[in-house]
Amino acid sequence: MELSVNHLLGIKYITEADIQLIFETADHFKEVINRPIKKVPSLRDITIANLFFENSTRTRLSFELAEKRLSADVVNFSAASSSVKKGETLIDTVNNILSMKVDMVVMRHPNPGAGVFLSKHINASIVNAGDGAHEHPTQALLDTYSIRERLGDVAGKNVVIVGDILHSRVALSNIFALQKLGAKVKVCGPKTLIPKYIEKLGVEVESNLQKALNWCDVANMLRVQNERMDISYFPTTREYTQQYGLHMELLQSLDKEIVVMHPGPINRGVEITTEVADSGQAIILDQVQNGVAVRMAVLYLLASKIKHNED
Amino acid sequence: MSQKVLLNATEVHIALQRLACQLIENHDTFDHTVLIGIQPRGVYLAERLKKILEVDYKIINVKLGYLDITFYRDDFRRSGKPLEANKTKIDFIVEGKKVVFIDDVLYTGRSIRSGLTAIQSFGRPLEIELLTLIDRRFSRHLPIQPDYRGRQVDAIGDEKVLVHWKENDGKDAVYLVNK
Repeated sequence: MELSVNHLLGIKYITEADIQLIFETADHFKEVINRPIKKVPSLRDITIANLFFENSTRTRLSFELAEKRLSADVVNFSAASSSVKKGETLIDTVNNILSMKVDMVVMRHPNPGAGVFLSKHINASIVNAGDGAHEHPTQALLDTYSIRERLGDVAGKNVVIVGDILHSRVALSNIFALQKLGAKVKVCGPKTLIPKYIEKLGVEVESNLQKALNWCDVANMLRVQNERMDISYFPTTREYTQQYGLHMELLQSLDKEIVVMHPGPINRGVEITTEVADSGQAIILDQVQNGVAVRMAVLYLLASKIKHNED
Repeated sequence: MSQKVLLNATEVHIALQRLACQLIENHDTFDHTVLIGIQPRGVYLAERLKKILEVDYKIINVKLGYLDITFYRDDFRRSGKPLEANKTKIDFIVEGKKVVFIDDVLYTGRSIRSGLTAIQSFGRPLEIELLTLIDRRFSRHLPIQPDYRGRQVDAIGDEKVLVHWKENDGKDAVYLVNK
């Protein structure tokens, strides 16, 4: 088995079989990262550039850890301290880095489609680590992997994504991944933060959080992305929390025990209370640990498609 | 494609009994010894030997683990088809133990080389030995030789040695296949 693609640009472009292959490979890497020595030599002749044109802490750390545990050579780049500020174009920046013989590029960029654009112009394997409000494929993979780990399977499960769907790349990638794996998806949030025509993707919109939670097996609580909000989408944070925040009383009022997820970073007390975030029903830290294993799987499987050069 | 029987079920049985006895000669009660089956095909042989040691020779608590070497192989991105991993399961400490690697066929020695690197992730063994059911002579790429062997075979380039196990393939047998 091998991946059907040479880049991971979005969940939209991969198949269910690809996702299952990534999961099975991640199972092996999860075992590797729990050994006394958490490192394998597979990618020792591969160089990976992490290009972050937008801020990131955990995704960047998680990728870097995954790369190092596969023994790849890693170079880091962040836009804040680079020539991008001096007016260099994306292709120029990346080509300059590639001319230093880099095999793979992990890129986060504020513009949707930056990864797709780049894949058409340069000769390296590209992993999208988030492009604007478009896709964040590895986050969706680790989210669905964590659901599979906790509930045994993703197929047939009901998942509600709560909060700022409009600005969320996590939401879109999750919708694609969950649907490909056979789960049912609803989105829930203030009307101003639900994209128009989202029903076209085959997801239902639910405006009442209690109803949505009663329906679901898993609730993925998204962060309110204040930094992407150019206008006011809801009156006050307090009002948002009252209507769409998940707290213990609400969680305990449900008929069944649901799984609570959050892609981080958490605004404690806004979309989710501290009590819920630290409860046994939350798998937020499992998500973080699985992130490294899933990213190792993605990098390993993509690297295996790069032809070995005898020179 | 022609196929020749190298070992039939009785001969496999005799070889396994002999290998088990040789292991006992060197490892006595197995208190400081662990068996490691190399994935995927070495696992059947390792499980069979563990059973013989426990049932026929009443040696209790023989520790057995499975080691997958996929991520340590030296042909990543070089072979035509993708490398598929198997499960590694070692739920004991390897540090300071005598380790016996068990694989069905020893050919180029490259798998064992990968295994030697892989096992270090679990600690520093006191020593490592190699047990193999079939030793293909004259085909080594590396200076690696078995400490225990069931049968030595001279096989040339196009020939392949296939080991069948009752649990997986219906009956115990070893074939020499000419492609």
